[in-house]
Amino acid sequence: MRMLINVAETVVADALRGMASAHPDLVVDVENRVILRRDAPVAGQVALVSGGGSGHEPLHGGFVGPGMLSAACPGEVFTSPVPDQMVRAAAAVDSGAGVLFIVKNYTGDVLNFDMAAELAEDEGIQIAKVLVNDDVAVTDSLYTAGRRGTGATLFVEKIAGAAAEEGQPLERVEAVARQVNERSRSFGVALSACSTPAKGSPTFDLPSGELELGIGIHGEPGRERRPMMTSGEIADFAVNAVLEDLNPSSPVLALVNGMGATPLLELYGFNAEVQRVLGERGVSVARTLVGNYVTSLDMAGASVTLCEMDEELLRLWDAPVSTAGLRWGR
Amino acid sequence: MLDADFFRRWMFATTVAVDHEAARLTELDSAIGDADHGSNLQRGFAAVSQILEQESPDTPGGVLTLAGRQLISKVGGASGPLYGTLLRRTGKALGDAAEVSEADLAAALRAGVDAVAALGGAAPGDKTMLDALVPAVDALDGGDLAAARTAAEHGAEATTPLQARRGRASYLGPRSIGHQDPGATSAALLIGALAETAEGSAA
Repeated sequence: MRMLINVAETVVADALRGMASAHPDLVVDVENRVILRRDAPVAGQVALVSGGGSGHEPLHGGFVGPGMLSAACPGEVFTSPVPDQMVRAAAAVDSGAGVLFIVKNYTGDVLNFDMAAELAEDEGIQIAKVLVNDDVAVTDSLYTAGRRGTGATLFVEKIAGAAAEEGQPLERVEAVARQVNERSRSFGVALSACSTPAKGSPTFDLPSGELELGIGIHGEPGRERRPMMTSGEIADFAVNAVLEDLNPSSPVLALVNGMGATPLLELYGFNAEVQRVLGERGVSVARTLVGNYVTSLDMAGASVTLCEMDEELLRLWDAPVSTAGLRWGR
Repeated sequence: MLDADFFRRWMFATTVAVDHEAARLTELDSAIGDADHGSNLQRGFAAVSQILEQESPDTPGGVLTLAGRQLISKVGGASGPLYGTLLRRTGKALGDAAEVSEADLAAALRAGVDAVAALGGAAPGDKTMLDALVPAVDALDGGDLAAARTAAEHGAEATTPLQARRGRASYLGPRSIGHQDPGATSAALLIGALAETAEGSAA
């Protein structure tokens, strides 16, 4: 194992201390594991709180700031945070206009946010929740836990964050968040497994010369293993998987997301192939984002997320944002 | 009859068992999950033991409710709310009695297991902790803690050929087949610690 860490037990706390010194416009409560925008609560504004396991950086702490999240709750590596963190975060950022919880569809995140919502409401905080479940690699059925939440989380946090920044009321911000999720689909591939600090070795065995199709963001294997494919072949597979489920009639927002260990040289090359396939399928692209945004520690690979846009969503996407992981327009 | 001290010793015995088996739980979880089940439960039960040393509830129900609340506050993931709910609801069902019988424990544990099933939306056969807990509670109805331990262990082993329908392992679909479920395995440790505590008390 080669990791730039002290010991596995302090990985999250150490990262939070480092994040605090790098980003003075954030308030990082290392003890209670809550990251807040410094000017929260903002009078008259709905607050956005998200969170989940650590190991997906910059998600979620890197998306705290004006125009996006009000607070984030990082859990242990790949483990959802606890209700105490979420209640503390909600209480710190609520201006009286209410709080939207943005929850990725994983059993642990759902259970803990549900418990937190009850506790926060007991404290008189108005809570709304949106569940992100965009991953087409997992079939949505009565008999499974349902689709995973992956890349679309970034879209929901950015676009709903812009709606909140404009002063839109809670039910409107919630409706925008739901709309973004409903219009978004993702598909991911892994070229290597990741190593969690607790385990210290790859979470699954992937021989060189093979790849995993349909992976999530927690180092769990995917749905299918195949011999290595070219960037173009992977783009064909991933984009077609997304379009099987999403039939966009208006221009899309595209995210080509790195899983943590794939360099931008490869991600930009992959994006060229993704754009080619979209063009061949007659899908026009309104905006594209390429980079490591929703990662899985040191996993190599990429995911593609598409969201069918309209003028209003595009306006909110383009609105200024100022966070550690995403920044434009101000 | 079982008193608060018995329940405290049950929680301490679980802490030791989880500590001992943490690496194995994490290994099982790395095959079909995200390789954190052992370390998460280890952290949670260490916190349970710590708070039970600081505060001493004087009823069986008080011990389990405090332990459950502590798991919810310290663990996160799915195992925090699920194990926390199991102990908290079992504790609530035991009420304020200073001593409870094995039959009271069986009934209360069934209430706890039902609450876990409702919270996680799972049923036996879904390859979850319920596959160990439900047979254990059925066996415990006869008042036999050793039989409950055996039933839980068999239940955990029987998850190997199943396809997961709940939790993170469900995302693997058919590829989850052939691996023992880490949640059922840790549930068997909890029931094993209960039997061990009873044996220790009898000796």
